[in-house]
Amino acid sequence: MSQTLLQVKDLKVAYGGIHAVKGINLEIKQGELVALIGANGAGKTTTLKTLIGMVKPSDGEIMFNGKSTAKLHAYDYVRHGLVLVPEGRGIFSRLTVEENLQMGAYVRDDKAEVAADLERVYGLFPRLKERYKQLAGTLSGGEQQMVAIGRAMMSRPKLLLLDEPSMGLAPIIVQKIFEIIRMIAAEGVTMLLVEQNAKLALQTANRGYVMESGHVTLADSAANLLANEAIQKAYLGE
Amino acid sequence: MDIFLQQIINGLVVGSIYALIALGYTMVYGIMQLINFAHGEIVMIGAMVTITCINLLIGAGINLPGPLLLLAGLLMAIPVSMLLGFAIERIAYRPLRRAPRLAPLITAIGVSIVLQQAAMLIWGRNYRPFPAILPTEVHDFFGAAITDLQVAIVVLALLLMGGLFFLIERTKLGRAMRATSQNPEVAGLMGVNINTIISMTFMIGSALGAMAGVMVAANYDQAHAYMGSLIGLKAFTAAVLGGIGNLAGAVVGGILLGLIESMCAGYLSSSYKDVFAFVVLIGVLVFRPSGLLGERVADRA
Repeated sequence: MSQTLLQVKDLKVAYGGIHAVKGINLEIKQGELVALIGANGAGKTTTLKTLIGMVKPSDGEIMFNGKSTAKLHAYDYVRHGLVLVPEGRGIFSRLTVEENLQMGAYVRDDKAEVAADLERVYGLFPRLKERYKQLAGTLSGGEQQMVAIGRAMMSRPKLLLLDEPSMGLAPIIVQKIFEIIRMIAAEGVTMLLVEQNAKLALQTANRGYVMESGHVTLADSAANLLANEAIQKAYLGE
Repeated sequence: MDIFLQQIINGLVVGSIYALIALGYTMVYGIMQLINFAHGEIVMIGAMVTITCINLLIGAGINLPGPLLLLAGLLMAIPVSMLLGFAIERIAYRPLRRAPRLAPLITAIGVSIVLQQAAMLIWGRNYRPFPAILPTEVHDFFGAAITDLQVAIVVLALLLMGGLFFLIERTKLGRAMRATSQNPEVAGLMGVNINTIISMTFMIGSALGAMAGVMVAANYDQAHAYMGSLIGLKAFTAAVLGGIGNLAGAVVGGILLGLIESMCAGYLSSSYKDVFAFVVLIGVLVFRPSGLLGERVADRA
């Protein structure tokens, strides 16, 4: 039985007077790829931002690796292995591709291993190796997403949070990004994937949560969710 | 005497001082989009502390060669300025980090006035002569006059700029500073402590400012509690001319402004040389508000 990596209990988040998350429970075990799906404004991104400390919860508890994250600073999370690939990619556009990747290893001191990880990321994304000296802002959207994911990999995440990795990308590029997500999962990295493209997310994940206006309304295996008629109608467009 | 060459030399000397100060403005602006109007006062305090320190050493009967006395003064002034820069950010700007942009700007002007008045209480309202400890020998350079001090100012300024560029472009700290200036929130996700980066930025800028202040005082043989306003405003002009937020722009803008000023002083009227600097500022703001090097790579986010 693999151990629980992330446990969220009765999490509530309110900001600007709006209750974006109204008491949700999540659990992610070591090695799982979990999808969090739902409509626009359901509270998915807020949930991720709270998990990574960019937003403070108004109530509830987040346990990562058996410890509460309540007292961590925003810049501490990456040291504990909790890493977010933000919505809209958040690359440093006036840094080169390689400098972006090196920023992912900012908290690491083991130079030799960082260099090895850089080669590993270039192995995953040969495209980035070709363009390592180019300013990241001049890359295409798909390449920028590769930079964002590669940068996150450079910090050796224990739990990788992905916020809408398919956003704004052409379908063929989306397929490619999801291929990479599967490869990373195969390496044993635990992931929580927030996606509008529910079908693709559920086809990739082991398990899924469905969020609706601040609540988790369903939690099941990805296969069961894909087969669920209500889900098909609401999110899969069938 | 060759006026043209002479004015080029004078312009380069003053210009490299402007450039050092402009770097302080542009670094802070790059990281937090704030014009730190108190930066000119840091420059002034750097000069004042150095002069006081040298006079104390001379008064105590310590007989060192001039350059060593100057070095001792600088070793005192640089940490004082860095500490001051750190404290200003901590006390005056950090509480306003999330406030509308006008609030820290007004605070900056307030801090500048406070520092000016404090300097007047400490050092009085009179001009302080720069101690005569440096060689004043004038060399002939293709018909123009040049002193060791002028050569030293330009060489030291170039070395400092080179050092800064190395720090920003080639070190981990510099990379984190650039990342923070582009996207502080994501830099935080990478484990960068933004507060540390901002403090470092203020301290590095202040150290450069203090050295520039000593250069100004040595070059004009005097310092004054009010000297920070004019030199600060000119260096700010230089930063805007080059494109604020851009380090290379600050260097180009500083040297260009120094040259423009000294050419105007040489060929038009030296009593109006300050006016020319601000004509340049107005001209840039009207015709090219982003500055000479102020263009940015398109963000395709």
